[in-house]
Amino acid sequence: MRGGGLWQLGQSITRRLAHVDKRAISRRCFASESDLKKTVLYDFHVANGGKMVPFAGWSMPIQYKDSIMDSTLNCRDNGSLFDVSHMCGLSLKGKDCIPFLEKLVIADVAGLAPGTGTLTILTNEKGGAIDDSVIAKVTNEHIYLVVNAGCRDKDLAHIEEHMKAFTSKGGDVSWHIHDERSLLALQGPLAAPVLQHLAKEDLSKIYFNDFRVLDINGVPCYLTRTGYTGEDGFEISVPSENAVDLTKAILEKSEGKVRLTGLGARDSLRLEAGLCLYGNDMEQHITPIEAGLTWAVGKRRRSEGGFLGAEVILKQIEQGPSIRRVGLFSAGPPARGHSEIQDENGQNIGEITSGGFSPCLKKNIAMGYVKSGSHKTGTKVKIVIRGKSYDGSVTKMPFVPNKYYKRS
Amino acid sequence: MALRMWASSTANALKLSTAASKSPAFSLSRCFSTVLEGFKYANSHEWVKHDGPVATVGITHHAQDHLGEVVFVELPEAGKPVTQGDSFGSVESVKATSDVNSPISGEIVEINAKLKETPGLINTSPYEDGWMIKVKPSNPSELESLMGPKEYTKFCEEEDAAH
Repeated sequence: MRGGGLWQLGQSITRRLAHVDKRAISRRCFASESDLKKTVLYDFHVANGGKMVPFAGWSMPIQYKDSIMDSTLNCRDNGSLFDVSHMCGLSLKGKDCIPFLEKLVIADVAGLAPGTGTLTILTNEKGGAIDDSVIAKVTNEHIYLVVNAGCRDKDLAHIEEHMKAFTSKGGDVSWHIHDERSLLALQGPLAAPVLQHLAKEDLSKIYFNDFRVLDINGVPCYLTRTGYTGEDGFEISVPSENAVDLTKAILEKSEGKVRLTGLGARDSLRLEAGLCLYGNDMEQHITPIEAGLTWAVGKRRRSEGGFLGAEVILKQIEQGPSIRRVGLFSAGPPARGHSEIQDENGQNIGEITSGGFSPCLKKNIAMGYVKSGSHKTGTKVKIVIRGKSYDGSVTKMPFVPNKYYKRS
Repeated sequence: MALRMWASSTANALKLSTAASKSPAFSLSRCFSTVLEGFKYANSHEWVKHDGPVATVGITHHAQDHLGEVVFVELPEAGKPVTQGDSFGSVESVKATSDVNSPISGEIVEINAKLKETPGLINTSPYEDGWMIKVKPSNPSELESLMGPKEYTKFCEEEDAAH
């Protein structure tokens, strides 16, 4: 979902360079580095030991001084603060913004109460996923959404194209892209107690997926109780000129327990939480039903349709998809994207889309797509890694239980 | 140790690796303190120690430091041949998969079986308990093509600074 599939690339350490003409590479890299966008926290990251890597056109920290293992564990034990300002915040406004958005996503947007939100999928005509996004209903005439950095250009082009058609028929909708804001994700058990020090509003009344506009550290922020780690936590959209101060305030109030955390641990955390990484676990040709997100198709939407690809998606809900996203445990080396999945007889049944070593479970976890029928928990499979076949089994996700702060 | 990302293009890997090497955490001082005398080093960050009839091979402190926590080590069986500069196994960390190249040609006479249960020995003791294979060299003169400790220290320094 959040970010791109590229974090691992950042780890392709200098060793590779040894055999290649360094001058040529230096030139090439210099050019590519200067093209990268920087968040307002860039200098702060570098000053705090951030190892900066190119990610979806941005220079982002893949990790800080803590190892990815330690960072992942600390998020679950205490808390993590991520700079996710590369992601694109967007407001849709106007009295028809809800019917407009409902053409593009599978969620029951009309049915959301003001001040609440949900994860949803932007679909194409074939029912495939253009992107995933967390949307929130600010008011009945204002929707706030966040889309992936790597999908920004195509998402905006897609929305714009449909918006033109919609407004030409008299629909009232316009957008604002929040490039004046930065986005921080505060995650983990200390997220709420630490943030409470900086906000007057009672955060215990704000539940998972709720949205508020409120002052944090004295500045007006958009607060969504959501995240990408499986932990309780918040995403805070803050005016960019206040982002560094807010970052420092959060770290200070936690007395060092909430740690700056990079994209490396973010990937481990989301994988343990069983969450899709768009570009790896979900793509243009994958439907939300195949991805296991049938729950995200609102009830009313199932009967009414009215979104791109609805025919394909509603038919899949009725008949079942031919492939399904599953979680897997495996022996041997950690399975990574594109490893083949076979049945016990060595027949191809699918492919891994992402995987790695789970810092919390201390074993290999992965997700991938298999043919329906092979998707049931406990199904024994073989995973082929560098020509060798290793035992694996289908397992339930999330791998590590969610800790979302839900209404009881 | 040629780090290979299984699902990535070389171009991307190169771009990214340069940015990564700029970080303060990849400090030069670490190289100085963690390169040992009496060892030879390959530019792909493996070490070899030739002692009597057998040469011991592993990855350097610098390499394990870049990789982070090693979670799995893939090794060949004893008896298999290795060729200088060719991959004989791989090391998996939380971050990434890396090939390990042999700094010397010959026949593998022993593998470090402890790494199967305790891959983290590569992090905690890269030059001793974390050794990977023992090789009976077929052409000991190959050692001359490798770097000594001073040269390797300089090489790490330059490699980090160049980008």
